[in-house]
Amino acid sequence: MRFSGFRIVAEALKGHTGWRPLWRDPEPQPAYDYVIVGGGGHGLATAYYLASRFGAARIAVLEKGWLGSGNVARNTTIIRSNYLLAGNEPFYEFSMKLWEGLEQDLNFNAMVSQRGIINLFHTDAQRDAFRRRGNAMMLAGAGARLLDADEVRRMAPFLNHDNARFPIRGGLMQPRAGTARHDGVAWGYARAAARLGVDLIQNCEVTGFRIDNGRLRGVETTRGSIAAGTVGVAVAGSSSRVMAQAGLRLPIESHVLQAFVTEGLKPTIPGVITFGAGHFYISQSDKGGLVFGGDIDGYNSYAQRGGLPVVEDVAEGGMALMPVIGRARLLRMWGGVVDMSMDGSPIIDRTPVDGLYLNGGWCYGGFKATPASGYAFAHLLATGEPHETARAYRLDRFARGYVIDERGAGAQPNLH
Amino acid sequence: MLIPHPLLGPRDAQEFVCLGDARLIERPDPAAADAEAAFCDYVFLRDNPAGVHRELWFHEHGDRSWLVVTRDTVTHAVLGAELARDVALARVGRAP
Amino acid sequence: MTRLAGGLIDRTQTVTFTFDGTRYQGHPGDTLASALLAAGVRLMGRSFKYHRPRGVFAAGSEEPNALVELGSGARREPNSRATTVELHEGLEAHSQNRWPALSFDALAVNDLLAPFFTAGFYYKTFMWPKAFWERLYEPLIRRAAGLGRLSMQADPDAYDKGFLHCDLLVVGAGPSGLAAALTAARAGARVILAEEDFRLGGRLLAETGTLDGAPAVDWVTALEAAFADLPNLRVMRRTTVFGVFDHGVYGAVERVADHRRDPGEGVRQTLWRITARRAVLAAGATERPIAFADNDRPGIMLAGAMRAYANRWAACPVDTIAVYTNNDDGHRTAVDLLARGVQVAAVIDARAEATARGDYRVIAGGAVTGTRGRLGLSAIEVRSDRGAERIACGALGVSGGWNPNLHLASHHRGRPLWDETLQTFLPDAHGPAGLVPAGAAAGAFSTAAALSSGAAAATRALGEIGIDAAPCALPEAEAAPWRIAPVFHVPGRKRAWVDFQNEVTVKDIALAHAENMRPVEHLKRYTTLGMGTDQGKTANVTGLAVMAELTGRTIGETGTTVFRPPYTPVSLSVLGGGDTGPYFRPRRLPPTHRWAEAQGAVFVEVGQWMRAQYFPRPGETHWRQAVDREAAAVRSAVGLCDVTTLGKIDVQGADAAAFLDRLYCNTLSTLKVGRVRYGLMLREDGFAYDDGTAARFADDHYVVTTTTANAGLVYRNMEFARQCLWPELDVQIVSTTDAWAQIAVAGPKARTLLARIVDGFDLDNAAFPFMACSALTVCGGLRARLFRISFSGELAYEIAVPARYGQALMERLMARGADLGVTPYGTEALSVLRIEKGHAAGAELNGQTTAAMLGLGRMVSQKKDAIGAVMSRREGLAGDAGRLVGLRPVEDGGAVVGGAHLFAEGAARTLAGSEGWITSSCHSPHVGAAIGLGFLERGDARMGEVVVAANPLEGGSARLRVVPACFVDPEGGRLRD
Repeated sequence: MRFSGFRIVAEALKGHTGWRPLWRDPEPQPAYDYVIVGGGGHGLATAYYLASRFGAARIAVLEKGWLGSGNVARNTTIIRSNYLLAGNEPFYEFSMKLWEGLEQDLNFNAMVSQRGIINLFHTDAQRDAFRRRGNAMMLAGAGARLLDADEVRRMAPFLNHDNARFPIRGGLMQPRAGTARHDGVAWGYARAAARLGVDLIQNCEVTGFRIDNGRLRGVETTRGSIAAGTVGVAVAGSSSRVMAQAGLRLPIESHVLQAFVTEGLKPTIPGVITFGAGHFYISQSDKGGLVFGGDIDGYNSYAQRGGLPVVEDVAEGGMALMPVIGRARLLRMWGGVVDMSMDGSPIIDRTPVDGLYLNGGWCYGGFKATPASGYAFAHLLATGEPHETARAYRLDRFARGYVIDERGAGAQPNLH
Repeated sequence: MLIPHPLLGPRDAQEFVCLGDARLIERPDPAAADAEAAFCDYVFLRDNPAGVHRELWFHEHGDRSWLVVTRDTVTHAVLGAELARDVALARVGRAP
Repeated sequence: MTRLAGGLIDRTQTVTFTFDGTRYQGHPGDTLASALLAAGVRLMGRSFKYHRPRGVFAAGSEEPNALVELGSGARREPNSRATTVELHEGLEAHSQNRWPALSFDALAVNDLLAPFFTAGFYYKTFMWPKAFWERLYEPLIRRAAGLGRLSMQADPDAYDKGFLHCDLLVVGAGPSGLAAALTAARAGARVILAEEDFRLGGRLLAETGTLDGAPAVDWVTALEAAFADLPNLRVMRRTTVFGVFDHGVYGAVERVADHRRDPGEGVRQTLWRITARRAVLAAGATERPIAFADNDRPGIMLAGAMRAYANRWAACPVDTIAVYTNNDDGHRTAVDLLARGVQVAAVIDARAEATARGDYRVIAGGAVTGTRGRLGLSAIEVRSDRGAERIACGALGVSGGWNPNLHLASHHRGRPLWDETLQTFLPDAHGPAGLVPAGAAAGAFSTAAALSSGAAAATRALGEIGIDAAPCALPEAEAAPWRIAPVFHVPGRKRAWVDFQNEVTVKDIALAHAENMRPVEHLKRYTTLGMGTDQGKTANVTGLAVMAELTGRTIGETGTTVFRPPYTPVSLSVLGGGDTGPYFRPRRLPPTHRWAEAQGAVFVEVGQWMRAQYFPRPGETHWRQAVDREAAAVRSAVGLCDVTTLGKIDVQGADAAAFLDRLYCNTLSTLKVGRVRYGLMLREDGFAYDDGTAARFADDHYVVTTTTANAGLVYRNMEFARQCLWPELDVQIVSTTDAWAQIAVAGPKARTLLARIVDGFDLDNAAFPFMACSALTVCGGLRARLFRISFSGELAYEIAVPARYGQALMERLMARGADLGVTPYGTEALSVLRIEKGHAAGAELNGQTTAAMLGLGRMVSQKKDAIGAVMSRREGLAGDAGRLVGLRPVEDGGAVVGGAHLFAEGAARTLAGSEGWITSSCHSPHVGAAIGLGFLERGDARMGEVVVAANPLEGGSARLRVVPACFVDPEGGRLRD
């Protein structure tokens, strides 16, 4: 079934009796060519690109809960390609280009909205660092603008421009950045993958890997054994837990990252804004809620809930940056478990176990990477070679000294 | 979150900074033949368990003790805390 | 019928307020909703999507419909529930999400288009043409969506935060909460009783049942008097406990002044962090409706709410009501309203065996199948064994059962359990540690059960912490058994609302089912069920029940979504605590700050510090004039700069030298007493981390400095090394950053100036050469430390005195140096001087660079271990060919722009081809041109080469010549003489 405005009109006229499931709920088969562990955004995108771009068949996605229940279900929906380092920027720009054609590709409106992002700066040193980053973006074709304080004031008059503790001196803007409806992204990929014959298997938790002499043979699950020659794990947040079943230790810690949404409001802010002097970033959803977040709580956690101090810290940052939101009310807060890697950058690579591949370490930036991550992982699974934009995301980069450390924070995950 | 400081009693976790896995106490021997590999493990790899985790917290806004806190990463329950110095001294065979 | 007799309102006083500009009157004790109902107003809002007329539906914080914009100007507060707004004189409220008026809303046309606006329709369309999304579709959607409007002005009110500690926190002051608080307080425990309402009593205020044969409110009043004599009990009205956090920390908001017309100078709301050893959750229960066709008309409300308005607020907007129920509780509404003189047209009870409890008509086994009325209910359509009929009524109370308010018990991801007998979810046993649910929140629905449950919960909770609580005498109360039939919706062809605010109907749930959006999280996210400001308090269970029916599973198997804080929405102002604007973060002021202010200095934020950036003089119209003058003064005469902000760490002990050797990549143990050495720290991963100087004052005493930015972090790492890595070393450290004021005295006349303040100390070059240090006294006995170090490349010293003498020292130096041309300089000139000298600062030491890149590779001792030494030898670090170089424009007057990328001439401008970047740049008065520092691939081997600095971000590029990273006195003669 193809989605379109005409289809809605036609269905409305016949009482909405013709809608069909967005995907099937198949029983797991005994064997597949490819098994993707994790039915979050990255896993679903991987399956879709494997089937649509690499001609792969006999693909299953195993999800321990419900489709899209990974961090694609709880994030602040920001998409952007405004990175500094050569190991990162081309990858995220590749992702941005995939976002730009995503809805037509998937025939599903994921509400990709390029309303722009402004990263504010507050010192000359920050400006120079942003100029270096903006130039990297320009050189990679991502586009960027350096705004002075007056331009920021014109574009975002609701910020505190007049009595701030850390005055706004300008911003780095990426006009093509924006937001996407996070659940819609997962559903769009799931539906498109299912239409290409991918088996999406919910409530199916992987409990072990079958490995013979260093060669992967399949996975054990709560719904039985499944044989597969190629298994890709995309379970960010739980990467260490799952990969430990294959005897691997990772350069990753699991941390809780909280995010927040207010009650629905009439249009308040146009794009995405990040504070350069506190941990705070904000956008407004199409439904009207202000969606915002801040720093991670800073300790290892799998609890999917955070503490009150970070809530207060984020609110303080928000009130300092834009005091006009004071009488908006926080409606809901949630905590997601994120893979914090040792250099703040992800891993898309083979593992020492032949046939077992890892996609993880996304820190708190995995959502925007969803399309490119899926594409690059599919490329790796199908060809055995890293995608050209993901060559730096190797597991051995830590041992060899080729870290991709955007913040220069070193091997301390809670500083990235 | 409250941290049961062995000297000061329960303290709000906001007074502390968390560093991570307490195995960071176990710095490898730099003179060993495999020192580089051992340091790579030490600096970069983590068990990252879902469950009981021994981890380092620094009482930055307090008495500046480093503590080894035993905490469950699933429930956040704190099971105990000791002075990291005592843990480190025991490791080199000294009494606190 | 408007105002009934009785009620808990103060009729001796009248309060005037406005709604949509119309003046109304109410009484103290009213809420906005009760006063409007008493004035006969049923229409209070418009729905989110279809803009259907909506009236008040509930009597508490679960209200989905009656949302208003409260107040005006900067105090305007959108999405305020009329049901929880305490009436006060002059209160001003406006309806929202309607145009042009509440009674005539042009967007009500959406209701006609409803067949197209089904759940998730927007995922299926608006994709063509592609460019129309941002330009057309999305702006339209965004304008239509949202509820109220922010004022777009800064919140003018004051907010506060505080901590509280107690043995027992009781959440809710209904019968169970009151019994719990009484039991605990009598036992001597420290108790906090938090109630979101402005009056204690909970449902006792809304019901007519008696306690010990007297009105329940009498018991509450007596209890309040008794509470006043219990100093160990803190009663907090208007206080909502919104979340349970780790280790017994509860977040609560006290609305201190929202019920006053003007908060005045005081605090409007306070955020309380309550640390409770134990807690009793006595938050009561929320009634749920039954979904039927057109069940959203103004006048249709929860039966318990209708009863509350009549009993507590003496309000009923119409003369004739009806009730639709599946349980006994609905009959109470009929009985109570009848007793107050309201006509009861009928009670439609879904149960075939139902009988009347009074003089009213019961339609047993009946169902409401439709409603009439444009802006308010006029009639309902009823179907039963005896056929269909239309019954005229202006209001309908609906009861589909009660849902325990178990939210807090589920904030740690415990999943509630379905109880078939009660037809409701109950808290599971794995809630937050120390939290005991009681009363209706635990499914104890009768008043007697609630009272005893609350007392028992308190006894149990206190017993766990060793406090014996004797049972208190509890009053006699109704103990009606709970009888309910599992009826959640009435099947039909028309729309039946489940989630009123987010416009989720039974049909939408059926659509989600048809499209395989069946897991509860998919149901919620696809239809937006329960995602409104009411968080689906009246909607979620009904929605789950409908989905369970469609899938053939039980409600328990269907399960709930995750409960998350806050219980009710909390303003960002109170979470932020009021420290806005300039008070966002503390300001750290160096010792000479006031003096610098008096000199007219311009300040700049450096982390939390405020530092003097430059000192403009009369006639200088551009900052560059001041900076150039200050830098020139240092190069030609003498300048003074407060450098207190650099971190200072005192290191003492027999093993101090060995300790520092392990922290710094170079060797400090060979440093002689009375000498200073530059020190470089690596991170354990081998990258350069921080630099500074180490001065040795004794064999067992060093003073080391750090950069301003890393002062705290380096100290933390040093403590880590001391306590965790090498606890066997005899070494103690303490941060003395704030203890010593430190002033740089730099320039060829620095020695002359210093000689005028030291107490007979020999400053001669031989006696006190470059990189010497000493303790001494100055100005006639003031103890001080003197370091002959130079960041500027000139003859320079840094002198430290106890911080309280910092300003006096600065003033003395200025006075004694007047004839020498002494000039204060700020961070800008400091930066110019260090760039001219090629010293690394934050832009170069950015955590991504190695010692070799900084030109300091030879400092990494190969003879000893230190933090980072092993890892610095990894291939990727050792092989990084980037090197710090100086850069000068080839063309006269050319610019050097920090952040530009460097390319070989003629090379393609790609990110992969970038050979480096410019880290720092300035105009150099010494060179007379722009200069810069940067990292360049193999830069050390490319001296004299011309490279291109590309700045596509702002357009343009410049040709720069690669030169050594030192533009002044490369031989170092000036600083040594």
